[in-house]
Amino acid sequence: MNSQIIASTASKVVARALTEQERHEIDHELSLYPDKRAVGLEALKIVQKHQGWVSDESLHAVADYLGMSAHELDGVATFFNLIFRQPVGRRVMLFCDSVSCYIMGCENIKAHISKRLGIDYGETTADGEFTLIPVPCLGDCDKAPVMLLDGEQQRRLTPEKIDALLDKAGVPSSLGNE
Amino acid sequence: MAKISIDGIQYEVNAANNLLQECLSQGLDLPYFCWHPCMGSVGACRQCAVKQYRDADDTKGTLVMACMTPITDGGIYSIQDSQAVDFRSHVIESLMISHPHDCPVCEEGGECHLQDMTQMSGHNYRRYDFQKVTHRNQNLGPFLNHEMNRCIACYRCVRFYGDYAGGSDLVALASHHHVYFGRHEEGTLENEFSGNLVEVCPTGVFTDKTFSAHYSRKWDLQTAPSICSGCGVGCNTSPGERYGSLRRIVNRYHHDINGYFLCDRGRFGYDANNSPQRVTEPVFAQARINGNSEASAHKSMTALEAARQFEAMTGGEVIGIGSPRASLESNIALLQRVGAENFYPGLSDGELACVREVLLLLREPGLHCPDIRGLEQCDCVLLVDEDLSNTSARMALALRQATRNAATAMATAARIPPWQDAAVRELAQHERSPLIILSPQGTRLDDVASDTFLGTVAQQIRLLNAISRCLDPHFDAPVESPELVARAETIAGALVQATRPCLVSGISAQSPALIQATANVARALRIRRKGETESPVDLCFAMPEANTLGLALLAEGSANTLSAALSRLAQGKADAAIVLENDLFRRAPAAQVNAALAGQLPLVVLDHLHNAFNAHARLLLPAASPAESNGSWVNYEARAQSAYRVFAPKEPLRASYEWLTPADPVQLPLIGSEEILAQFASAHPGFAALRKLLTQREGLSAVMKSPRQLPRYSGRTAMQADKHVHEYRQTLDPQSPLSFSMEGVPLQKDSSLLSVAWAPGWNSNQAISKFQQEINGELQQGCKGVHLLTRDGVDASYTQTAQLSEKTLSPYFISHLFGGEEISAEAAAIQARASGPYACIDDKRARELGVNQHGRIAVHAGELSVTLPVLIRQRIAPGGIGIYCAGELDRFTLAQELRVEAVAEEPDMLLRSREMFRHLLINDSWQGRNGA
Repeated sequence: MNSQIIASTASKVVARALTEQERHEIDHELSLYPDKRAVGLEALKIVQKHQGWVSDESLHAVADYLGMSAHELDGVATFFNLIFRQPVGRRVMLFCDSVSCYIMGCENIKAHISKRLGIDYGETTADGEFTLIPVPCLGDCDKAPVMLLDGEQQRRLTPEKIDALLDKAGVPSSLGNE
Repeated sequence: MAKISIDGIQYEVNAANNLLQECLSQGLDLPYFCWHPCMGSVGACRQCAVKQYRDADDTKGTLVMACMTPITDGGIYSIQDSQAVDFRSHVIESLMISHPHDCPVCEEGGECHLQDMTQMSGHNYRRYDFQKVTHRNQNLGPFLNHEMNRCIACYRCVRFYGDYAGGSDLVALASHHHVYFGRHEEGTLENEFSGNLVEVCPTGVFTDKTFSAHYSRKWDLQTAPSICSGCGVGCNTSPGERYGSLRRIVNRYHHDINGYFLCDRGRFGYDANNSPQRVTEPVFAQARINGNSEASAHKSMTALEAARQFEAMTGGEVIGIGSPRASLESNIALLQRVGAENFYPGLSDGELACVREVLLLLREPGLHCPDIRGLEQCDCVLLVDEDLSNTSARMALALRQATRNAATAMATAARIPPWQDAAVRELAQHERSPLIILSPQGTRLDDVASDTFLGTVAQQIRLLNAISRCLDPHFDAPVESPELVARAETIAGALVQATRPCLVSGISAQSPALIQATANVARALRIRRKGETESPVDLCFAMPEANTLGLALLAEGSANTLSAALSRLAQGKADAAIVLENDLFRRAPAAQVNAALAGQLPLVVLDHLHNAFNAHARLLLPAASPAESNGSWVNYEARAQSAYRVFAPKEPLRASYEWLTPADPVQLPLIGSEEILAQFASAHPGFAALRKLLTQREGLSAVMKSPRQLPRYSGRTAMQADKHVHEYRQTLDPQSPLSFSMEGVPLQKDSSLLSVAWAPGWNSNQAISKFQQEINGELQQGCKGVHLLTRDGVDASYTQTAQLSEKTLSPYFISHLFGGEEISAEAAAIQARASGPYACIDDKRARELGVNQHGRIAVHAGELSVTLPVLIRQRIAPGGIGIYCAGELDRFTLAQELRVEAVAEEPDMLLRSREMFRHLLINDSWQGRNGA
């Protein structure tokens, strides 16, 4: 039986219904662990895969499904930087700003991205296409500077390479050049 | 025991503990944050680093965290080593990086563990000049303030709230320097022990919101050793007073009872003392004498006039009705004034019948009544009917710990010391000792229960009888269905397997049959265990009020019941009546009470709060509250404990026993509580044990008095300057070994009269370690109270329990921690968490009645009809109906056969009841932390 809090301190959030696909995938994970709560992180990843991010409504839905409180699940969700508790763009740029990339001039690359997209770290373009997020390391130091875009590693970044990527994505070169 | 050396000095220590605990036990100062005496070690804060040496030849040593280091015999350690000192000073410097410079405006200031530890570690200059991390705070409800910017991330709050108390709505969010301790969304902290965060948090992240409203520094509060009067557990408290009003309550350590923790009713209910409902002067209803009931004719009078009026009104034969929420002294004074034949315990007939059973059981040699610490050590608990989380919450917290004994046993087997908190939890996962709950509805302990049986009292009795029969084939019980017998066998099996099984129940259901059936299980278990062990079986009953058992003891041997008193009143078979601190509408059917009032006997009521009953008094005398009078209280174990007044009540308030003891009211001092107890103990052999309580006190008064104020108490010469330019004389206290002053014998490591824990360098309540014989041990020279009963009875054979009818629709009564107790219900913060009356039904009945969640039903019983909002719950006894009276409904009339029907919904009513249910602590089919 799913847990259901009938009357407790009222939450303003109403859990949404999980989609059949989400439930199916979470059920698979549940079959792999002896403890429902252990599935928390995987379930959040599943929801994020389908929804792009984890809204409060999704959080409550998953918490109910796993028999834990939304507070406890949010503890898991917020611990991990890459579980998004705010909406992100359709494409997320995970841009490394750690030591090796810094030595190899990642700051210039980041400035170029910001200039073309008009966004800083943690921001999303107005059209909802790109979000730029710094990460500490992508494990590819010999090919620095690097970033991860749509799950694909982009290596030895130069302003030209960025332009090529963004042109391909149809970003007008004037964007942010006001 | 092991011999170790710390900084070249030899110590004999307990090898079962960690090094930090033993350092503190030896009285050494070693700073710490994440370790808590009751919650063990996790090694998170790195503050308690010391040097450990391999052997005498090792001169370099290695740094270790004392809290994570097991004691080894012959171990050599150093706290003073310069590397260790240096390391600790750097740790605290980094912990303090984002801590604000707000001590002067912080309510923790002056009793802050972080301040103490910073002082101790010598970090007094900040070198970090970058930007600090700042957080947004949350509104956590009426009890607690939240100031996350002060957090040093020791994780104690979530370890207490989640791991220890079972709460699931306070968590650690985010990570590294963003870590945030709060809720996923703003809102009231739900757990009934949230107030302990005030003391668990080493700094000012969680502070007492009710205290904020009338804040005073710890050193400016006048305090005295006190006993909580919120229920029958008898937790020890330190209430604090300033300028004549009660400001707050903090925990006062008692080894056997509350330990380090109080429930939120006990902590925040104190504000009733400052309520506008207080009776502040004698009220003489002159008009009523002339048969005119106009309230405007009330006349106020001085204490002297009132005392004379009292004497004039109560000549001849006077009926006296006592009170379970008044002190033993006040009840004794009333008993002596009216004589035993005219003294009636002010318990409802049902309660009285139950308590009489319990008194017999407390004398049976084959049984044993565990204290709270004892409950924590039980490895199998059968909890019968009583909703402990809502009646005697501290017991519920103890049972929650008892379920962890399986984990401790696993750890011991794996050679992990029990204080290794994280390791033990990791090893045990969801492994728990059995806790079996029989209850008419889901409870707040269900998340750690191994088995729950939802049934009405009649159904529970049938199961209990079946369990007794499984344990002892000679037990005479009716034949039950195979399902019930199977259930009983499982439960009996768990009880037999345990090394220390325990049965816990209470008298909330007011059913003597239930008590007998529970006792029969204990007796059957003892017979079953014969041969294996002769140790008595643990059995205890929660008591609803602070002196329920004391009052019943006074009335023992008398057949007087409340209904007999009321019918005497109704028939006018006495000259007058005195009712002591009691709202009789909560004790008997309204019709009976009204009939008694219609008898027109002169009625004198003593009370500290106005209520529905004392509005009818011809003379209402203002009584001092428990915080304003000395008194003794008898808890559920029949343990009598003394509470001392925190401050002297304002004229014309007097302790009830002072009003009741005939004396020349002009001649001060009035009679003292000690005098009453001493006289009564010598005259009544059954109460001889009380003398031990007095001896403890006498030894104390022989020397100089102990101060109620800390040495730094400020403003003494100025605080009354608005009234008079001269300094007022300190109030004298001839009745106790305490003085209303900062002068006297300071309490250094002697806790006999420990008002509040303080030791040099230890300003927070964690100074208590300086008063314990060892960490988590008994207090040095502590007053533990005395047990009034000895096991001098005989082992009774089984008691025949009455078969209760299951046919008629009779309700079970719901209890709530907040608002369910008469006095604390007057505190503003408690009121913010309380609800009005409601009815609780299951899905099936809701469908039958055609009523929706939060809709309304009409309930008819006899001549009483009420309309109640409805809470539909999944987990209630099949066919059951629960009613929460909220101190408003006449429980006794409703206890008859009920008729219910749906009432048309009105949107605004629906909204109102939904609002009302918001703060109820009800989780249904909640799997909580179990999850699996």
